[in-house]
Formats: sequence, C-alpha cells, structure tokens
Amino acid sequence: MKKKITAVMLSVSVAAAALFTGCGGGDNDGGSGGIELLNVSYDPTREFYAAYNELFSDQFDQDVTITQSHGGSGSQARSVIEGNEADVVTLALAHDITAIENAGLIDSGWIDEFEGSSSPYTSTIVFLVRKGNEKNIKDWDDLVKDGVEVITPNPKTSGGACWNFLAAWAYQQEQDGEDEEATKEFMKKLYENVLVLDSGARGATNTFVENGQGDVLIAWENEAYLSMEEYPDEYEIVTPSVSILAQPSVAIVDSNAKAHGTEEAAKAYLEYLYSDEAQRLAGENYYRPFNEEILQEFSDQFDLDMNLVTIDDFGGWDAAFETYFDDGAVFDQIYEE
Amino acid sequence: MSEKKKQRMYNQDVSGDGIHSIQKVIEPPRESSRPVIKYMLIGVSVLFLFVMLILPLIVVVVNALGDGWAAYQEAVLDEYTVKALMLTLLATVTAVAVNTIFGIFSAYLLSKFYFRGRQVLASLIDIPFSISPVIAGLVFILTFGNIGWMGDFLKAHDIKIVFAVPGVVLATIFVTFPFVFRELFPVLNAQGKDEEEAAALMGAGGFTIFRRITFPHIKWALLYGVILCTARAMGEFGAVSVISGHLRGKTNTLPLHVEILYNEFNTTAAFAVSSILVLLAVLILIARNLVEWKKK
Amino acid sequence: MEQQIVKVKNKKGVKVIPGFGLSLGVTLAMLGCLVLIPLASIFISAAQLSFGEFIETVTSRQVVSGYIVSFSCAFFAALINVVFGVILAWVLVRYEFPGKRLMDGLIELPFALPTAVAGISLTYLYSDQGWIGGLFDKIGVKIAYTRIGITLAMVFVGIPFVVRAVQPILEKLDRQYEEAAAMLGSGKLYTFFRVILPELFPAMLAGFGLALARGIGEYGSVVFIAGNIPYKTQIAPLLIMTKLEQYKYADATAIALVLLVISFLLMLVINSVQIYMQRFSKA
Repeated sequence: MKKKITAVMLSVSVAAAALFTGCGGGDNDGGSGGIELLNVSYDPTREFYAAYNELFSDQFDQDVTITQSHGGSGSQARSVIEGNEADVVTLALAHDITAIENAGLIDSGWIDEFEGSSSPYTSTIVFLVRKGNEKNIKDWDDLVKDGVEVITPNPKTSGGACWNFLAAWAYQQEQDGEDEEATKEFMKKLYENVLVLDSGARGATNTFVENGQGDVLIAWENEAYLSMEEYPDEYEIVTPSVSILAQPSVAIVDSNAKAHGTEEAAKAYLEYLYSDEAQRLAGENYYRPFNEEILQEFSDQFDLDMNLVTIDDFGGWDAAFETYFDDGAVFDQIYEE
Repeated sequence: MSEKKKQRMYNQDVSGDGIHSIQKVIEPPRESSRPVIKYMLIGVSVLFLFVMLILPLIVVVVNALGDGWAAYQEAVLDEYTVKALMLTLLATVTAVAVNTIFGIFSAYLLSKFYFRGRQVLASLIDIPFSISPVIAGLVFILTFGNIGWMGDFLKAHDIKIVFAVPGVVLATIFVTFPFVFRELFPVLNAQGKDEEEAAALMGAGGFTIFRRITFPHIKWALLYGVILCTARAMGEFGAVSVISGHLRGKTNTLPLHVEILYNEFNTTAAFAVSSILVLLAVLILIARNLVEWKKK
Repeated sequence: MEQQIVKVKNKKGVKVIPGFGLSLGVTLAMLGCLVLIPLASIFISAAQLSFGEFIETVTSRQVVSGYIVSFSCAFFAALINVVFGVILAWVLVRYEFPGKRLMDGLIELPFALPTAVAGISLTYLYSDQGWIGGLFDKIGVKIAYTRIGITLAMVFVGIPFVVRAVQPILEKLDRQYEEAAAMLGSGKLYTFFRVILPELFPAMLAGFGLALARGIGEYGSVVFIAGNIPYKTQIAPLLIMTKLEQYKYADATAIALVLLVISFLLMLVINSVQIYMQRFSKA
C-alpha cells in the first residue's frame, strides 16, 4: 500500500514538473536590435496601418519594427488589460481606451495628448442600400416603416455599433424635441425592424452583402465604402440628414511603453498620424482626415454637409453607456415586452 | 465468456417473461431483401454528408477561387499565412502528443480498475468539451493574465504565457484534452478486464500487459482519437482567439488569420486560407488510409 | 447474492492488474495542471459576486432565455446526431461501396474547419437566398436566423463525436451474436434493435453527451447563423461575450459556471450509466 502511494506521488510530481517546464520554455522573442512597437488596433484598419507603418518607419530616424494586432475593438481593449503588451492602441471608440486607463495602464488625460480628442481620423454612420434603393430609404425615419428590414450589429457586443444606435437616437431627439419616451418608442420600432442582430460589424455586413438579408445596413462610412469597393455596382450609400461623428481614438499605453523603453517611439508613431502624408492615406482608406484642408481634398468622396453630433452631446461615453447600453438600460428596455 | 454474453442476450430479450420473448426469437425472418436496406442506409448517409459537410466545403472552395488562381496563390503563400501555418502545426503536434499520453493512461485507469469516484473523474476529464471555447480561453487569462491570480508571479519572473505562443499551445491542449480518452474509454470498457487479469495472474508485467493485450484492442480507437484530436486542434478558433492577442506573425494561428482576413473585408483570401485547413484534413485522411492499408 | 460476487471481484481487480499507481498519478497530474487549475479560476472569478448578485445575474430574463435556446437546440441537435451518427457508423463499418474511404475521411471535417468558417458557409447555404435555404423558403420554412439554423450548426459541429464513438464498438462487436440471432431466425431489423443496439447504447450515449455538451458551448459557428435577437435566437455563450464586452468578468464567469455545472451533471449521469452498464454486462 505504501509503495503504491509513493508511486502515485512520484508520477504526479514528475508529470507536473515536465508540464511546467514545458509551459515556461516557449518564450522566444528574437530581438533584432531595433525598436519594436506593438499596435493593438481594431478590425478594418489593417490596410491603413500596413501602409502607414511603412510610411512611418521610412521617415523615423531609428530602426523600428511594428507588429499589428486586429480584432473587435472591445475584445482588443480587453486583451491589453489582460496582459497583451501593446505600446499603442488605436481603437474604435474612446470608451475602450478609457477601460484600459481604468485598469491603470494608460495615464489619465490621454484624450488631450493628441489633437482632436486624440482622433487623427474620423468616420460617420451611413446607410448601405441595394442598387436602385427600392424601399426609397433616405433618412432614419424610413427605417421604422413597416416592411423595411434593417441589419445592424448589437451595440452590446460591438463597440462600433454603439455609434449606430446613438446616431439614430440623435436624429429622433431632434424630431421629437428631446422627448425621451417618444424617442424610445422610435428606437423600439427601429429595432423591431432589425432582422439579424449580428455580434460584430463585419458579421452584419456579411449578412447584408453575402447572404442578401435586409433592405438596409447601418454601417460605418469607411466600411460601407469597403463593401462598395468589393461590389461596385450592387450597392448605394445613403447619407442621413443627421448622424454622429465617429471618433476612433489612439493612445500610448504608458505603462507598457515605459517598461519596453519605447515611449518616445510610441509618441512619434501616433504624432505622425497627423502628418499630411498620413492624413491623405487615411482619406484614401475612406476615413475622414482630421486635417480640414486635406478633408476638403476628398470632398467628392465624403458628404461634408451632414449634420454631425458628437459623443459630447450625450455627455461622453461613460454617461452614454450608463443610459443606453449597460444591463437594464435603454437598449435592454426596448427589447423587453 | 462468450457463453455469458449469449446468456445476457437472452436475458435482455426476455425482459420479464421468458416465454413471450422466446416466441419472438423463433419468429421467422420478416424481410430477406437485405440490399434494399443497405442501399437505403448508404443513400441516407450520402445525402446527410452531402448536405451537411460537402456543400459547406464547396462554398469554401468556390469562394477561395473566386478571384482566380493567382489571387489564391498569393493569399496562401503570404508571409503571414505561412507563419500562421507553422504555429498551427506546432500547437497541433504538441496537443496531440500531450493528449495521447493522457488518453492512454486515463482510459487504462478508468477501465481496468474499480475505485471510488470513477464517474466523477471521467466527467472531470470531459469538462473541456462542455466549456464554451470562449470560456476555455478566458480561464487561462484569469489564471495567467494580468488580472489572473498567477499574473504577478509570472510578471515578476518575466514568464509570458498568455498573448504568447505558450498560451496558444495551452488553449489548444485544453480544448482537445479529452479526445483520445473519449475514443479509448468505450472500447476498453467494452473489452472488460478479464484478459489483463489473466495475464497478470500469469505473472506478466504492466508494460507487457499493455503492449501485448490492451494495445491491440485499442489501436483503431487510438487512431481515431489522434485524428479527431489533430483535426480539432487545427481548427480551434474560440479559445485561441481569446488568448492569442492576434499578434500578426507571432501568435496568429491559421483560423485566427482567417478571421482577420475576413474582418478586413478580404473574403477571398479568408476562404483561401481556410482551404489550407481543408487540405490538411485531406492529408490526414490519406495518412490514415495508408496506416489502415498497411495493417491489413 | 449477485451483488456480493461483483464486489469481491472488484476488490481483486485492483490488486491483480499492475499499473494502477502510475496511471492514476499521470491522469491526476495532467488533469490537474491542464484542466482543473485553470478551471478553478472560473470559481475564483465568479466568487467576486455575492450570492445574491450571482443569483440575480444567472436568473435574469435574457440569461435564462439564452440557456433555454442553447439547451433546447443542443438537445435536438444531439438527437439528430445520434440517429445519423449511428447510420453513418453502420454504413462505414458494415458495407463495402465505392467512395467509402472518402466518406470516412469526411467525418472529421467539421473539426478541422474553423468554426467561424463553418458558420459563414452554413449561413450562406441556408439563408433564404442560399442554395438550400432558398428551397426551404419556397415551402415557407426559414432556416438561417432561426432556432432551426442554430440547431443545424450544432449538428454540424457535433456529428464526428457520435460517429467516432460508435464506430470502434461496431468494429469490435462480435458478429457471433448476430449470427446466433440470425440462426435462431430473427430478422435483420429485429437483430439490430434487440442485439446490436443494446451493445451500442453506451457508445451512443457517450456520443450524445459529447455532442450535447459541444452544442451548448458552441459559439463560433452558431453566432453567424443565429439571428442573435434577444429572447428569440440569442445563445448563452453570446451573453457571456456581452458581459465581457462590458468588462464584467465576474458576471461572465457566473453564466459560464451555470453552463458548466449543468453540462458536468449531464456528463456525470451519462458516465454513470455507461460505467454501470459495463459493470452489469461483465458481472
């Protein structure tokens, strides 16, 4: 009996030791001598940053390699909090960066560190409709009509979709003279027309484009252009009378940059986003450049006469989440019977 | 032993009153047209496989080649695709090796020995199957990540597990953990332990018993288990997605690379890269047929 | 009387076959390091909630409807899988026909294909604009974006479990029984249902349990084909993601914990039945 127990103990410890050495041994960062930056970004920015990284490293006076990471904005922010050692984050909304700040990784005041609330490029919310626009969709109130099928992602799983919700809300507030209940009723009708509530923006686009569901997709302007680029003759972009200025934000992850000794490079990396070349690059990738002059260069691409509200009209992201998107808030209420 | 089994067969048929069921057994055959059933069953199987498995596969291939062969090649030979493939292979091989060792030991343990809590142990082994892949990734974050209870310790010793290669490998091992066990266990269970007992009574050692008696019974099940494990490890997405950090060229596996391509509106490339996984599955199929053929 | 004999034999069994200590040690060590220690984190994380908060989180209306969608769809999917899984395994083991090898190799495909790709492809096929969904749309049945679609995706991810659980047993199954049964004059169908099926039952049960468990937890493929409309087609794992998006780790793990405990209990019942049947048959 004693022998058996010894055998058990022995094999437990041997196996455990083998496992743990196995776990620890896999860390290999081949240091190439130069500075390494990790940019944790969100989904449809890959082409932009692929081009931008080249632009940046060409003019930067030190040898720099940039690793990119792309994913849903919220889950990317979470990965940074959980230990993904990003030097800079370039995400879809300031709220996600604030979450990293709250985890103690980004110094407060990051939003004023760069121009334009640290948003070097912006976008807005538009409608993508099928060629011919059979249901004659022109503005937000056309979306609540009977028989109109709407595709939009769920704001509770997709940070980007919060902009969609808020844009619709802003429109109806102007119509109703800020009558909260009437606006809620409008939103309820709108979401009753939503056929599929995808978990992310890309899934929603796919539902609309590849699977032919719905009459209208509420989408980010730059993503709507990407769909148009893929299928040039099948879709039209409709710009509503009121929309929201979607501000993807950038920030240095201070504690990581400090630990890696890359503060200077990280700052230069984000600052250079405001250079003329980078701003033009953003425009070419269907983002609206922050720089007014360069934005005008793209005036035939973007509808510059839209009435755009900003997140500040909602009292900032913390207030917006509390009112609209937290559990039991407005978005949950409109789905309650 | 076979006498016993036959006895049981009768017992089951009896189901309460002997006479009734013996009459049933003696009843003449109701149908002799076996080929009809055969072709019906084959037909059902082919239809099911076609609708459920082959059509989705066709969708993948059609989309992968949607922009022509050159675009396909470009997507497949892309630097980051190749790196992702390497990582996928590394994770798969490690997971299969670890889980095979575990599967053999645990299936042997649970089928040859009676002890208290066998059921609980077997169910614990199954847990990785019943966990949502999202949570499977999250458990490692909650253990080894910045917010995890081992996070500070790992940081102090500069060991990186999550958002690095070890995390990807660990998550892959986790989601495929029970596969080999699951394949071996029913077979060993059905085999019973009489033969091993006899051999042991005759003085055979543990390893000899395993090699000479247990192993011949389980070799096919082991093969199935390894193949299932390989396939699942290659295709795993959810858990790895949570733990990898999506670092391009570093911690992206093939399925993650597919997702990234897809999310940046590069549908054709995404399906092209998925077709690599399909191709790998076909390679496994060929390898398996070779093994089976050699054995026969 | 019978009971006693079994017990005596069991005790002897432990002593007779060597390797108990080693296999127990390896099993526990690997299970502990790779599964149980990480798993403990779920409990630690969920424990940040007070009991009241925990109950409130896991019984909120949306969450409960998520459980119902996940469990009911996974249950039907597992049933469908058992039926087709046994047919497939039977065909693969008992019959010879051209293309059999290819068919055999296809079974693992749902594992190798990343779940997201599977979900996208299935949705493409089964939406009302798709190749198959279009046919069903004509008779007024919508597949994608309904619970039928969710079930379908779960059938897809679960089928290998049943086939590969049943196949080895069928391969090993003594043809003696069938021959004996046939000699005694029973029909083929009769033989199948009274002789073979009981023998397969434990493996079918295991396959059912695994397919069920996989379906309950499945996220990647289901999320594309489900409409994700709250109270209608929102699965429980999606609600976990919703909580994570709000950085509510404790809430997310609480929902996960409930899923986990239910799945664990299901597996425990299935394993107990399986082990009990083995005991019974070898007694």
